[in-house]
Amino acid sequence: MALDRSDVERLAYLARIGLQDADIPAYAAKLSSIMGLIDKMQAVDTTGIQPLAHPLETTQRLRPDLVTESNQRDALQAIAPATEQGLYLVPRVIE
Amino acid sequence: MHEKSLADLSKALHSKAISSVELTELYLQRIQQLDGVTNSFITVTPELALEQAHAADQRLANGSAGPLTGIPLAHKDLFCTKGVRTSCGSKMLDNFIAPYESTVTQRFLDAGAVSLGKTNMDEFAMGSSSESSFYGPVRNPWNPQRIPGGSSGGSAAAVAARLCVAATGTDTGGSIRQPAGFTGLTGIKPTYGRVSRWGMIAYASSLDQAGPMAHSAEDCALLLQAMAGFDDKDSTSVDQPVPDYSAELNQPLSGLRVGLPKEYFGAGLDSSIADTISAAVKQLQSLGAEIREISLPNAELAIPAYYVIASAEASSNLSRFDGVRFGYRCENPADLTDLYLRSRAEGFGDEVKRRIMVGTYALSAGYYDAYYLQAQKIRRLIKNDFMAAYEQVDVILSPTSPTPAFPIGEKIDDPVSLYLTDIYTITANLAGVPGIALPAGFADGLPVGMQLLGPYFSEPRLLNIAHQYQQATDWHTRAPAGY
Repeated sequence: MALDRSDVERLAYLARIGLQDADIPAYAAKLSSIMGLIDKMQAVDTTGIQPLAHPLETTQRLRPDLVTESNQRDALQAIAPATEQGLYLVPRVIE
Repeated sequence: MHEKSLADLSKALHSKAISSVELTELYLQRIQQLDGVTNSFITVTPELALEQAHAADQRLANGSAGPLTGIPLAHKDLFCTKGVRTSCGSKMLDNFIAPYESTVTQRFLDAGAVSLGKTNMDEFAMGSSSESSFYGPVRNPWNPQRIPGGSSGGSAAAVAARLCVAATGTDTGGSIRQPAGFTGLTGIKPTYGRVSRWGMIAYASSLDQAGPMAHSAEDCALLLQAMAGFDDKDSTSVDQPVPDYSAELNQPLSGLRVGLPKEYFGAGLDSSIADTISAAVKQLQSLGAEIREISLPNAELAIPAYYVIASAEASSNLSRFDGVRFGYRCENPADLTDLYLRSRAEGFGDEVKRRIMVGTYALSAGYYDAYYLQAQKIRRLIKNDFMAAYEQVDVILSPTSPTPAFPIGEKIDDPVSLYLTDIYTITANLAGVPGIALPAGFADGLPVGMQLLGPYFSEPRLLNIAHQYQQATDWHTRAPAGY
């Protein structure tokens, strides 16, 4: 399926990627060609076929609900763009 | 020394013919002298490497050393390495100093191996040519105008240029096997779940698997031995005993049933590759293998299904890069939405953005059944093809790629043509089966890779076949001119 400008704008916003206006036509062209490749799947009749999510078809392992990690807030916040008093800072959300 | 295999260097270290410090200094010097052309490293860590080499020499002296102790390796820059930048080839993580160690690299540390640094790669492992890195393209040591393959192209180029003894890679759609093929190396993608994914920056979690890249199957067996095994921290890690990967290397191949999928020897396969692989098949026959034609009828659907599943998983995995907790943040965001939009627009490269958007599309309301669910159903058809084939044969043989390494720049502006280069490797990831790539000769002066795929957990058999082939041939010992 071919994607037009509004499709690309919608997808970019859903994915929270702020594309430059001038780049949108190139994205539309390349995404359309990728979707053209992907659409070859649609010709296949998969009625009755069960989807395969995990190659070995195992289920997610569970572990006892116990604390296994120690507090590493300082180490983890040392690589954050902006923190204050142990909190991550972002632009004001609530006025 | 740098022309020796890992197995031989291990003997030299144990016999005290050379120390790990001397060996590490030799490789650090080679990186400094030669990596300007190949651009195979993003980060070199000389001080850390020498510190590890000193510790290795102590273990070698006090008798607590194993086969990898003191061996200088390099790691693909998506394995988190505590205290060392882990960039994933992206501007998004250019400033990211990993706060913890991945299971794979921790296991190599425990084994006493030395890490020389982190290797270049396609951004977030999304690519087949190692051209999409924020740190510039990697060049193939066999011809610097050519790509080394991808996404583990930095690891491939570094090992091929003898800038390290061996390296780690990861393989989501062929990213170990295809670059190994393009650079004359041996590389194995294990069964899904065999090697822990913990601390590997995720691309497509149901497909990603780490493995070693080296000069021979014998070396890969030693490396995989350290990497494989259950890990409580990876929820898809397989809890099964790890066999001795070196134990079966010397088994004869008589009676081995090798299948050639007719879909992999048809249109699109370069005749120089077909001829080289045909000679390799004859060599295996002379070693006792029986050759049969088989069919993987749904093989041509693998690329479309892969680009839905991988992109969908990537769009979810990469949502964590939001400019808040770590990684790149844009300057002066106006509000929170602007912070997300611009941090991700400025931090990610074009191919990563495209795949996130394809995945977002495939998962968006109203399209899920037509894309993601349909791709998962095709995934089952592809797995079924393999299971049927393994009723008739022990392993499946093909080229790793339809052409030799292509020129830098040739396909980078045409994503679909680049995607199609992974035609022979991508099925194994969808089915989760293991595969090994090994050098089978040359075409136009460039290495040609052969791929062997086996049933789940057949790594010992794949290594055995590759080793027997390498006892009868010397392609894997060839080095590019100047290295």
